[in-house]
Amino acid sequence: MNPIKFLAAAYIVTWLIHSFYLGTIVRRFSRLRQQMKDLGKKSKDAPIQRHRG
Amino acid sequence: MKRAFPILSILTALLLAYALYQALAVAPADALQGDVYRIIYYHVPSAWTAMLLFFINFVASVQYLASANPTRRAAVKWIVIAIGVVGVIVCFLPPVTKQFATYGMRPSAAATTVLLVPIFYFLIGKWFPGQRLDMLAVTSAEVGVVFCTIVLVTGPLWARPVWGIWWAPGDIRLTSTLVLWLIYVSYLVLRRFSNSAQTQMLAAALAVFGALDVPLVYFSIWFFRTQHPQPVIGGGGSMDPRMLHTLLINWMAFLCFAFLVCWSRFRLELLHREVEEAHAMESLGGAAPAKASLPLERSIR
Repeated sequence: MNPIKFLAAAYIVTWLIHSFYLGTIVRRFSRLRQQMKDLGKKSKDAPIQRHRG
Repeated sequence: MKRAFPILSILTALLLAYALYQALAVAPADALQGDVYRIIYYHVPSAWTAMLLFFINFVASVQYLASANPTRRAAVKWIVIAIGVVGVIVCFLPPVTKQFATYGMRPSAAATTVLLVPIFYFLIGKWFPGQRLDMLAVTSAEVGVVFCTIVLVTGPLWARPVWGIWWAPGDIRLTSTLVLWLIYVSYLVLRRFSNSAQTQMLAAALAVFGALDVPLVYFSIWFFRTQHPQPVIGGGGSMDPRMLHTLLINWMAFLCFAFLVCWSRFRLELLHREVEEAHAMESLGGAAPAKASLPLERSIR
């Protein structure tokens, strides 16, 4: 195998690993933001429900 | 602060692009290995960055363990000061410098490494008080594992064309790096799956033991005969100045990148704890999280 292919593979794999990790951070961020929004909505609805009840 | 992150991201992207250009187009080819040696520009900076992050994890974990008790905190503070002062003096004692010379190690390099202990200890304690120490520990461990993974992947990709083998079984540098990676993966697994109130303390204790492997990895090529090459910086080796310049530029670029990734991961950890807190408050008192979540949400932006 051409040694240059090992060089290319090393550089590509490095950025693939970094991209994958950054992707997991973004995914976790959006999931937590959604949870925060849901909690905010619940807390807004809670006094109304209690009032109705 | 809001603008700092995008500006730093753009600057880091430019620096990474420049570092890549230097690595592939400017640095000369190696006389023996040809162009494949250019893996060094990703392999070595990733290793240095991983070790720095594990070191930060160690310091944050020690601080976190010490912070539980004021007497312990004061004792650790004086121990750290003593390590810095005594360590630097010892590095320049004639018998020690002689010993260093046999390994091709510069006393100034060893003294700088020793001095990093108190410097990091006090800076981290100042900038990350209380629970933030634990958050810094988990952040640095996770990002450190990513960089260490890159070291373990690019290493065999470099070894195959140069040594003719993917891995040298029994080689202390390679084995200790793999053990280091496994220790920090187990640290992250512990933090991910343990729900005990003692998890943070247990993880900090594991991190302290795990960090003992870092000097072994770092100094193994000085003290043992290994398949892995001897150090070219601080170890008496020689390197073409253009190669060294490119290596340092790549390390700077990866340090900036690691800083940004740690920043994002730290914000994620902050948000994670705020969501947990809001969930806990919701389960206790119904409408309480709305009041708590808004300022917390603002604080991470």
